Amino acid sequence: MTVTDVRKDTDALRLVVTSEYDAPPEQVWELWADPRKLERWWGPPHWPATVTVHEFVPGGQVHYYMTGPDGTQYPGWWRFTSIDAPWALAFVDGFSESSGAPDASMPETTTIVGLVARDGGGTRMVVESVWDTLATMEKLVAMGMVEGMTLALGQADAILAEG
Amino acid sequence: MVVVSLSPERVDLVFHALADATRRDIVEAAMGGELSVSALGRRYPISLTAVQKHVAVLERAGLVRRRRLGREQLVCTDMDAVRDASRLLDRLEVLWRDRLDRFASVLADEPAGDPT
Repeated sequence: MTVTDVRKDTDALRLVVTSEYDAPPEQVWELWADPRKLERWWGPPHWPATVTVHEFVPGGQVHYYMTGPDGTQYPGWWRFTSIDAPWALAFVDGFSESSGAPDASMPETTTIVGLVARDGGGTRMVVESVWDTLATMEKLVAMGMVEGMTLALGQADAILAEG
Repeated sequence: MVVVSLSPERVDLVFHALADATRRDIVEAAMGGELSVSALGRRYPISLTAVQKHVAVLERAGLVRRRRLGREQLVCTDMDAVRDASRLLDRLEVLWRDRLDRFASVLADEPAGDPT
């Protein structure tokens, strides 16, 4: 199991997920630093992410879009607030308007990532996400459920097509 | 679409209520059962009136319930309201677990040894 610990703070609206990997921190770091690797895990399956801008410096932006099963594109953004390779990074992420500008009506998440070398090799990664209001979390969860539903429908289509 | 359980007005009230450390502590203290306002008053270096104001904010947000018993006011946390935040964090936990499963798969695809 990758995830070794999950802490939820209902007062501070914070989620802290700890995971462990056999690879060294430098290799784990590449999954954040390399946009081609990042786009392989950020979005749900059948919602592939395409990263178009990836300025991996403090203050730098990521622009990306996810493509749904019906071809609809959902653009999103990140802004890196700190980067300390290969140990720590922090960023805010949200959704964009079709123009590419951040959509202020959509939920934003602040995420802090820390990597630690484990004794005997491997890496422990702690991902801490914080939301500002319950409404932000509601919206994000609602969107995730929409993605999940569309995915389920897409799979049903595939099964029907195989007939 | 998803049924959103809290109205935007209610969400604002809840967020405002939980933005204060004393109020968060009251919510936590009163999870175990009813506490009198005077007992709460002994927990904090603030006046009884200030405690009553905090309780009123929490009550408006639906986070605690209050009833009178003689000369005392008893406060208890409304666990359904607290579970709202907990339920949302459960869903976001699933999102991150799925994401980290994919993270591990991408990592496993890498040739062992030097990072590229």
